[in-house]
Amino acid sequence: MDLCNNRIELSTGRREMLKSLSYGFGWLAFSGLAGARSFASSMIDDPLAPKRPHHTAKAKRVIFLYMSGAPSHVDTFDYKPELAKRDGQAYRGNAKLLASPWKFNRHGDSGLPISELFPGVARHADDLCLLHGMKAGIPAHAQAQMQLHTGSFQFVRPSMGSWALYGLGTSNQNLPGYITVNPGGAANQYGSGFLPATYQGTPVRLAGGNSRGGGQQARRGRNNQSQNPIEHLESDRNGAAVQREQLALLRRLERERSRRGKGDPAVETVLEQYELAFRMQTEVPGVVDLGTEDRKTLEMYGIGEDGTDGFGRQCLLARRFAEEGVRFIEVSAGGWDTHRNMRTELANRCGAVDKPIAGLLTDLKRRNMLDDTLVVWGGEFGRTPYAQGSDGRDHNAGGFTMWMAGGGVKGGYEYGSTDETGHKAVEGVMDIHDWHATLLHSLGLNHELLTFNHAGRDFRLTDVHGNVHSDIFA
Amino acid sequence: MTTNHLLDAAHAHVTIPGIIAVSIFAGTALGQDAGMMSDDSMMAQTEMMGEAPSFSRKDLDFFESKIRPLLLGRCVNCHSNDGSRISAGLKVDTRMQLLIGGDSGPAIIPGDPDASLLIQAIRYDDPGLEMPPRGRLTRDEINLLEEWVRIGAPMPAPREIVDDPGTEHRWTAEEIERGRDHWAYIPLAIQEAPAVSDERWPRATLDRYVLADLDEQGLTPVDDADPNTWLRRVTFDLTGLPPTPTELSEFDSDDSPRAREIVVDRLLAKNAFGERWGRHWLDVARYAESSGKENNVVYPHAWRYRDWVIEAFNADLPYDRFLTNQLAGDLLPAEDEDEEARNLIATGYLTLGTKSHNVRGKAQFRFDVIDEQIDTITQGMLATTVACARCHDHKFDPIPQRDYYALAGIFASTETRFGTFEGPGNRNASELIEIPAGADLPDGSTFPTAARSLIIAAKDRAENQLRAAEELRAEMRASGIRDIRSARDRLTPQQQRVFQQARNAEGARDIAQSILDRFDKAGRPTIDNFVCMGVAEGEIRNAPFLERGELENPGNVIPRGFVQVLNSDWTTDVPQSESGRRELADWIANEKNPLTSRVWANRIWSHLFGKGIVSSCDNFGLSGQSPSNPALLDHLATRLVELGWSSKGLIREIVLSRSYALASEWDRRRAEIDPDETAIWRMPKRRLEAEAIRDAMLASGGLLDTDQPLGSAASGLEGAVRGNTLDRFFGLTASEYADHRSVYLPVIRGGVPEALAVFDFPEPNFVRGTRDKTNVATQALYLMNSAEITRMADAMAERVLGLEKEMKSQVELAFQIAFGRTPSAGEFIACRDFLREFRSAWISDNREKMASLNPAQRRQQARRNAAADRNRNRSDFIAPQDGELMAFSALCQTLFQSAEFRTID
Repeated sequence: MDLCNNRIELSTGRREMLKSLSYGFGWLAFSGLAGARSFASSMIDDPLAPKRPHHTAKAKRVIFLYMSGAPSHVDTFDYKPELAKRDGQAYRGNAKLLASPWKFNRHGDSGLPISELFPGVARHADDLCLLHGMKAGIPAHAQAQMQLHTGSFQFVRPSMGSWALYGLGTSNQNLPGYITVNPGGAANQYGSGFLPATYQGTPVRLAGGNSRGGGQQARRGRNNQSQNPIEHLESDRNGAAVQREQLALLRRLERERSRRGKGDPAVETVLEQYELAFRMQTEVPGVVDLGTEDRKTLEMYGIGEDGTDGFGRQCLLARRFAEEGVRFIEVSAGGWDTHRNMRTELANRCGAVDKPIAGLLTDLKRRNMLDDTLVVWGGEFGRTPYAQGSDGRDHNAGGFTMWMAGGGVKGGYEYGSTDETGHKAVEGVMDIHDWHATLLHSLGLNHELLTFNHAGRDFRLTDVHGNVHSDIFA
Repeated sequence: MTTNHLLDAAHAHVTIPGIIAVSIFAGTALGQDAGMMSDDSMMAQTEMMGEAPSFSRKDLDFFESKIRPLLLGRCVNCHSNDGSRISAGLKVDTRMQLLIGGDSGPAIIPGDPDASLLIQAIRYDDPGLEMPPRGRLTRDEINLLEEWVRIGAPMPAPREIVDDPGTEHRWTAEEIERGRDHWAYIPLAIQEAPAVSDERWPRATLDRYVLADLDEQGLTPVDDADPNTWLRRVTFDLTGLPPTPTELSEFDSDDSPRAREIVVDRLLAKNAFGERWGRHWLDVARYAESSGKENNVVYPHAWRYRDWVIEAFNADLPYDRFLTNQLAGDLLPAEDEDEEARNLIATGYLTLGTKSHNVRGKAQFRFDVIDEQIDTITQGMLATTVACARCHDHKFDPIPQRDYYALAGIFASTETRFGTFEGPGNRNASELIEIPAGADLPDGSTFPTAARSLIIAAKDRAENQLRAAEELRAEMRASGIRDIRSARDRLTPQQQRVFQQARNAEGARDIAQSILDRFDKAGRPTIDNFVCMGVAEGEIRNAPFLERGELENPGNVIPRGFVQVLNSDWTTDVPQSESGRRELADWIANEKNPLTSRVWANRIWSHLFGKGIVSSCDNFGLSGQSPSNPALLDHLATRLVELGWSSKGLIREIVLSRSYALASEWDRRRAEIDPDETAIWRMPKRRLEAEAIRDAMLASGGLLDTDQPLGSAASGLEGAVRGNTLDRFFGLTASEYADHRSVYLPVIRGGVPEALAVFDFPEPNFVRGTRDKTNVATQALYLMNSAEITRMADAMAERVLGLEKEMKSQVELAFQIAFGRTPSAGEFIACRDFLREFRSAWISDNREKMASLNPAQRRQQARRNAAADRNRNRSDFIAPQDGELMAFSALCQTLFQSAEFRTID
């Protein structure tokens, strides 16, 4: 993570991570061995079995394109002509408004104004639903990131992906139901909190991801020579038969331990991870092998090109996971914290993600997957319409833009707005709880009914808040 | 969305425009069914509609001075909004919550003490309702609360959270003064150890605080852990290693009453103690051996600081001195060159942060370094996030932006010496610090001779490029071109490239030369390695106040100083003639500074009990958590100071306590009362850290090299690192370090060794007092399939089979090594079955494997088998004739994979 120091580290213990109901569902691995797949729906005990949504909905899955560090909305998707006019004028005391250095043009039949930083995404204007009234709780990265992912910036809570998986299960038992590619922040962001550990996100590291520059190059070199995002899918030593015996032994050892632990929720959480890992060995190599894609597809995502290769691979991987039935997929791109050198930095960041995102949207569409995949783009907050230094913007939680595409939302649509400079959300104001409620709604889940009893209380992703903004659905 | 309002309310009268409404209802009983409100709640409802009453300053002062301390001291533990525990649904954080009340209805009826449940409870009128349950309030205290309710229960409205960066809120002097009442900033409470329900239970004084807390909640502690479990627990906690079978049997046979003390003292005396606890501090010190950020420039001498930290813990350097050395070691008197050297190396702490070496503008770079220093110091030592005040006043804590620049002046007057060379990717380099020649310290690691030729080649290439440019320049001059700079446009592309290459070549040559100077032809370190990172006094100055943190917007110069809300009578002024680091150290590492001892005592506790008494170990501010047992925290902090700031002393007291000896058994009845386990009724089960997992696997196989290696694998590097450089270089040096303890593995930002990264080793960019502890499928894949794991499992199998001949004793020994206990009958049978089944499983796998190979691959496999036979220790393949060994290795690997192996019970 490459963020300014203006953040407060959340350091709440990870005890919740270890907590899970003692679902022993080791049988999955064994039936999986027999070659059965997706049979689990018949087994009511299986916590990951596909479940009926609360209401009929278009979206079956989510791909969240998370822009960590908070991208500037007034330079990308929130067109503010007034800001351009008032460039350099004093604002709130001695701050100075800063016009976007980039031009906005209207795109598609809908004529959505999108900045020249996103020429590729702009071609999909008629599929985008721009949420201009976004509002975050707190203008500090670590906390806002936690809130964006879990609804709470103070306590350890299940992440939205975990809630989605808990609510809907997953149709492919050989892959994690919730995958996060190159997560940048605290593990709580993809943790399952007090939900059973089986609903947590599985982190997958891929070169060219969240961190920039040296770090990323170092990681690519050291851990990813093969560009394989998930390592150790195969043993030089043990084949499936030996591993099956090992798993059986592990299961017996864990059962003994669980008996000694007298129902301790912290016991017996490793077994299900081994069982998932075991099943992943057969499925994942095929899914992550981008070699089966044709050249045109790779080019479409910007793979093989300087600058876009890393995020392009992430996006293509996201599509492949989506195809294989993964319920919630998050991919991250960092470096959006442009306090200074914005003209260079922001252009670089947009350049790195524009083509891959455009490629993803095109690809989903031509496979008829955009209808039932909700694609979400955005960061933890936005940035100020006034300058920091001569070439930067500060944090702004009071108003910013995220967008959605597919999954039943209206395309070519602008929902909500900020004030004339882009400082504050004034219409269609959507706080993070609303955003969560709306996101769950798109998946057919009612955020008020999706509860989990913990410590004597029914908890929700949205706590006691959240309104669904149904206007955005077609 | 809420912070702890009671604690927060010190600033309650502040009204700030642009706010988010704080949710009062989150998580309260009321939120679930507002329709059930009684008439008594009507007033609350009126207030909920937004008509907050206003109170006179005098009444509010009465609340602040008399009532808040009472609520904090006697009620908050069980009735607070901090997410830890809410008994009977009642929270006392805000007036509103008191009006709403808990399960039994409103707690207070303003103006009517007799009708107020809270007053009835503290009077002990009703035997079913006696609060606080452990010890009633004094008559005076009861009178105060009655008086407070009588005058209408004045209490400031909760402060609301600012979300608007455009708002320039400035903390007033009065707010800062009030901020001093925050629990973390008030002096340590000196109190008598509390009365407890069972005098026989406590062993140490701290146990009385633990038990009193349990009594208050109607809880009792579980039984003690069995001795083997305790031994494994304390051995891992103090040394990061498992007990050996010999240590287990020695302890088992020692019946003396001092047996546990003997164990603890033996463990505290081991070097492994410093390696374990030093690493805890290195997390806080964001220790790494490269700059991170865009260009990731290596710091090849960083390891000296690492070794100093380990040594300091082993020598039990008093914690106040430990901090002082890191902040101002260069300014301290030293008895000899040894001490002088160590003092200098300690200041490396200030130099190790992430840096954008290629940033344009020296001033920008400087201020970024200063910001990083302030962030690290205030979070690490004071659990306070002062760096938030770089661009504006702190949003939560009463820390004005001015305080930030007062601190910044201290570091602006300090020269930070981190080394590195200017050149490609690095516009900002500095000197290093020479270590006094007489100091008894190692020169450092050796350099792989195989890599030397690469360095020479790099240097030659750079020199050739420089020479080519020089020749071209001479040529141009000869042909009459005077002003080469302006003639550049007319050059051919070929000629332009010559100049371009030369621009980078100087840096490349310096880097290569530095490595050649630091190591002789045989790869031995030369005296050029006798340097360290650290700080020195610079030009003394005060920093300007930077509007919004912008260099372009300097305001008034701010006199150097400290954080006002934490200042007190022990604060000394910064002299004109020095940077002020000495005074900063005096201010932080001072027994009168209650924050410093609380923060460190809490960190120690968190490493021994899995979570801090304050769970947000790095944030004791208003947006952090409040202590689950404030009296216990203050007791530990007081003991720390009384013990002369001896970390070993405090650790010793804790691990010899009854609380630490509790079993980790879960209990449904207790968990129902205290589901979040805020009280210590059992020892929580804790997952081991990445280093301990790896070290334990190495130790299990007898592979662990417990000697301290010289230097670091990274100390032979210079310049900006690229992934392939690291691969190649660590490929050459890794074997030297591979089997040393994990604390000695190189920590390159963005390139943390996989064995550590996979188990949540933190990216060392910020202060990290608490590590993530995930349990994910990718860890399972690593333990199932990494060749490194099978290597360690092989070693353990060889060791066990070499020592024991019978299968039963072999399995028993394996359990002793891995879990510190003997297997149960069921576990033994499971292992026996596994060993029996293994052979057919292996044959089936290999039949499949061989069948799927083409002839070339089959030949290759045969060659690998043969090679593996020749060098079995390092092999990733064992020939089939070693069936027994292979089977047992697979068994050991499964033990490594188990939850028990990575858990401290």
